Amino acid sequence: MTRAALLVLADGRFPAGGHAHSGGAEQAVAAGRITDAAGLAAYCRGRLHTAGLTSAALAAAACAGADPLRLDEAADARTPSPALRATARRLGRQLLRAARAAWPAAELDALAGARPRGVHQPVILGVAARAAGLGPADASYAAVYEAVSGPATATVRLLGLDPFEATAVLARLAPELDDVAARATTAGVRAAAGGRTDVDVLPAAGAPLLDIAAEEHAVRTARLFAS
Amino acid sequence: MHLDHSETTAPQHHTSGAPARRVLGPPAPAGRATRRRALRVGLGGPVGSGKTATVAALCRLLHDELSLAVVTNDIYTREDAEFLLREAVLPPERITAVETGACPHTAIRDDISANVEAVEELEAAVGPLDVVLVESGGDNLTATFSRGLADAQLFVIDVAGGDDIPRKGGPGVTTADLLVVNKTDLAPYVGSDLARMARDARAQRGGKPVVFTSLAQEGGVRPVADWLRERVASWRAA
Repeated sequence: MTRAALLVLADGRFPAGGHAHSGGAEQAVAAGRITDAAGLAAYCRGRLHTAGLTSAALAAAACAGADPLRLDEAADARTPSPALRATARRLGRQLLRAARAAWPAAELDALAGARPRGVHQPVILGVAARAAGLGPADASYAAVYEAVSGPATATVRLLGLDPFEATAVLARLAPELDDVAARATTAGVRAAAGGRTDVDVLPAAGAPLLDIAAEEHAVRTARLFAS
Repeated sequence: MHLDHSETTAPQHHTSGAPARRVLGPPAPAGRATRRRALRVGLGGPVGSGKTATVAALCRLLHDELSLAVVTNDIYTREDAEFLLREAVLPPERITAVETGACPHTAIRDDISANVEAVEELEAAVGPLDVVLVESGGDNLTATFSRGLADAQLFVIDVAGGDDIPRKGGPGVTTADLLVVNKTDLAPYVGSDLARMARDARAQRGGKPVVFTSLAQEGGVRPVADWLRERVASWRAA
C-alpha cells in the first residue's frame, strides 16, 4: 500500500473531468445562495454532510470490496435527480478512463466491460482507490474532499472570489471532513463485511435543494459548468 | 501575391510522434476491426477568429467526400454547436458539445477526458467516421491540443486581430500543424500587412504550413480542405 497514491487520486488536476463541474455551485451562485466566502462555507458544509457523506460511503464500500454493480444501483436509489445521475455516470466513465491508465487492474477493466454507459463516480473512485493500493478510509477522504473542493474552485471562477479566502474555507472545514470521512468509512466497511454487499447499511443523506438546483441547471442555456 | 498557393507546402511528414494509441474504451464493433479510428483534428485560436466558420465551411465542402463529425467546446453557451445545427452543415447526430468549466484550454490539453469521450461516443453512434473535428472554445495564443486528443491541430487567427500575431508566436502559432490566417478580405480595412504576416509565420514555424483564407468568399476554405485531405490520406496509409 502506498499512501502517496491518495495524493495522485485526489489531486484536482487528476484528468477525470472534474474541472468542468461545479458541484452545484453554479446554480447556487445564480440563485444568490452563494455570494461570498461565508456562503461558500455554508454551501460546502451542507453538501459535505449530505451528498458528500453518501458518496464517500459508496466509495469506501467499493474500495472494501463490495460489489460495484450493487453499489451502482444503491447510488441510483440515493440520487433522485436524473441530471445528477447522468452526471455521476459521465464522471464515472471519465474517472474510469484515467484510473485504468494510472492503475491498470482487472477489476477496472471488468467494470468498463460490464457497464459501458458508466457507473456512478463514487463507486469508480472506490474501485480505483483499491487498484491504487489504497484503503477504504482513503477512498472516503478522496470523496469528501471532492465534495467541497469542486464548489470552492468553481466559485473562484464564477464570483471572482479571492482564492485565498476560498482555500481558507476548505482548510477550516478539515475537521468536519475528518468526521464525515470516518463515518463514511465505518458504513462502507460494514457494507462490504464478510464478503457480502449490504447496501442497506450505507447512508442515504440527501439535499433536496441540490437535486432541484441540478435539474434547473441542466436546462440553462448559458452556463460555464456541466453541472 | 498568391498567398493561398505560395504558403501551402508539400505533404505533411508525421513528425508528431503520435502513433496509434491504445484506446482505453470498449473494443471496436465487429466488422470495423480492420478500419482505423477516425482522424481527430483540433481547431484552436482566439475568440472570433473564425474557428466555427472554418468548421462549417469544411463540413459543407467535404461532407459528400468524407464521413465527418464535430465536437464543439463552447465557453458558456451552446452557440457554436447551435450555429452548426442552424446552418445544417451536418445532421444533428454528428454534432456534440462539451462544457469546459470556464477553462477551454484545460478541456483540450490538461484534462481531455470529456472531449475524448465525446469523440468516442460520436464514433460509436454514427461511425465509421473519417474525421472528427474538435473545435476549442476561443482562447489565447497559448492554447494547444493534447496529443492524447488530437492527431493533428490547426490554429486559426485573423488579420483583424493584428498583423503582429505571427511575430508574437506562442505555442498555438508556432506548433500547430497548420496555421490558418483568416479574413484576408479585411486586410485593407484594418491595415494588416499580409506579406509581413506570411514572413513572420514562416520564421516562427520552421517550414510548417500556413494558409491564408477568406471564408467570406466562395470556396475560401479550400486551402484548409486540401490540407485536411492530405492528413486523412496519410492517416489511412499509416
